[in-house]
Amino acid sequence: MKMTGAEIIVKCLERLGVTTITGIPGGSNLPMYDALYHSTIRHILARHEQGAGFIAQGIARSTGKPAVCLATSGPGATNLITAIADARLDSVPLIAITGQVPLPMIGTDAFQEVDMHGLTIPITKHTFLVRNAGDIAETICEAFYIAASGRPGPVVIDVPKDIQNEAVDIETWPEVKPLSLEAEPSEADIRRIAEMIHSAERPLLYIGGGIISSHAAPLIEALSAKNSIPVTSTLMGLGAYPPESPLYLGMLGMHGELSTNMIIDEADLLLAFGVRFDDRATGRVEEFSRHASIIHVDIDHSEIDKIKQSNVSLIADIGEVLKKLLPRVKESSREEWRARIHTLQRQYPPEDTDAYNPLHPLRFIRTLGNNAPPGTFVTTDVGQHQMWTAQSYTFRKPGTFLTSGGLGTMGFGLPAAIGAALANPEDTVICISGDGSILMNIQELATLADYGLNVKLFIMNNNHLGLVRQQQELFYGGHLYASSFITTPDFAALGRGFGIRSRTLDRGTCTGEMLREILHSPGPCLIEVPVDADLNVMPMVPPGKSNREMIGGRTNG
Amino acid sequence: MDKIIIELIVRNHPGVMSQITGLFSRRAFNLEGILCAALTGTKESRMFLLVTKDERLPQILKQLEKLYDVLCVTTHIGEEYLFYHELQSLWQRVEAAGPGINSAESA
Repeated sequence: MKMTGAEIIVKCLERLGVTTITGIPGGSNLPMYDALYHSTIRHILARHEQGAGFIAQGIARSTGKPAVCLATSGPGATNLITAIADARLDSVPLIAITGQVPLPMIGTDAFQEVDMHGLTIPITKHTFLVRNAGDIAETICEAFYIAASGRPGPVVIDVPKDIQNEAVDIETWPEVKPLSLEAEPSEADIRRIAEMIHSAERPLLYIGGGIISSHAAPLIEALSAKNSIPVTSTLMGLGAYPPESPLYLGMLGMHGELSTNMIIDEADLLLAFGVRFDDRATGRVEEFSRHASIIHVDIDHSEIDKIKQSNVSLIADIGEVLKKLLPRVKESSREEWRARIHTLQRQYPPEDTDAYNPLHPLRFIRTLGNNAPPGTFVTTDVGQHQMWTAQSYTFRKPGTFLTSGGLGTMGFGLPAAIGAALANPEDTVICISGDGSILMNIQELATLADYGLNVKLFIMNNNHLGLVRQQQELFYGGHLYASSFITTPDFAALGRGFGIRSRTLDRGTCTGEMLREILHSPGPCLIEVPVDADLNVMPMVPPGKSNREMIGGRTNG
Repeated sequence: MDKIIIELIVRNHPGVMSQITGLFSRRAFNLEGILCAALTGTKESRMFLLVTKDERLPQILKQLEKLYDVLCVTTHIGEEYLFYHELQSLWQRVEAAGPGINSAESA
């Protein structure tokens, strides 16, 4: 059977079970769009390629499966770059298929030519430039395998226009290799870890995004409960452990709980499972968990001993390790360690959010979480509102918190929420954004309106780049510069301009009932939440300091 | 000898060299010499990298192993390696040769 390269691409996507893709057409990818014309795949037309990249990320992050975005050559392709780099740092299986100028024109500075292959080498798991139409089917299958296997990540497939148009014979379709386990943990390794847990007096689980991508949350809960091991989570791990558990210590690191950072400092065994010792989590790394032996389990062997030397390490899927470890670990109540933790938590108590006014971000976001339907997805942008969300939203289900953790991309929240809503039409999606971040991909309100998706957008408006203002106040002698906006748009009017129900909340009149009504009404809406401009995210580890040197935390006695 | 030779077998296609050199520059590893040749009758190339032996070497090797187009990574410290002396002498001659030298002078 003769098919064009573009038809083969679309057919492969169908065969791989892709039902929704997103992108923007242009000169160099029009053959692919012509092939899509005849396909059952639903195409979501974004308003900017970066929006398309993050919509695909929202699909991928909320389903755990690879998701596809399309762009044309040149500016279309470069507009995807931020979303691709973001996917790399947060290990998201994103597939970007870009059009390229025809093969004979590559290297001539042709119209809308850019070296997408070269540009994306440092920010992808792998990048392909397809040079033969006969290679396309295998390349697409290989790309899906690379994106989803081991530690997931983005893959770029750059396809010159003449390759998309070329008709070739295709007899058989390649299959995607089944995802295999990278390495089986050995019995000896499992026994050794169990022994270290048993001989430790103050063990602590430090968990991250790896737990979520390996679907290992129930196993972590079981391990922690069986041996009474307290659990702290990174930003990426939020939702992987039940927040109501008395063993849960909350988030660690720069904007974590003061008590949590102090408890880590007293641990004698750190079980670092599915984490990468990111600087936002560890603070000054030499000082991090300085009294503990470290057991590091990660699926990516290059993370082992990259930042912090471990005493025992395992390169394996954390879920497989936990399955084998669980029966070997004895029950224990660890009363002494838990009493010590309790003492530290009393000494360094958390913020008393109930005392705040209803629109204080910490109280507002907590109320929002308590009134959201079960299984609600939450996306954020980047800045103060993101940290306030991490501190005060109660995440009860793994994989429901979608945030740009590694790259810290402002503009992530709205398109990611659109992607999550497309992939999970039965669920509510909350996007918590800021007045700075939302304007970085505000055009996607049009995409949201196109499909009437169930996205509730909350814009925390303090008329500032709040986290920048905070740093200038604390660490740059109060020199507030380029962090305050001269004008602020009327966000509710802006939302209505896109055809989206919008309102601004009044100070002092926000109730849980009001939020419940907003969250349970169908379709999109935009809510502007006024926030005092002088609020800081506290407590905080000053950059370069150890986690014990947090400022702005509460201390008793 | 504070130098080490890393031998790679890589998929031979345009762009593979920039994947290797790009890895070294973005991870701030020093790369002191490269020698590369396509392997006859295959779609593969053999690449020799000359690097300084330091404590970050294991991380360099792990990052190289992660690259999709890198099929095999081996290191050579000892003189037992077949090409060891040839490579060392080649690199030393290149280092010693001044700019603008012609082929007759360097031979």
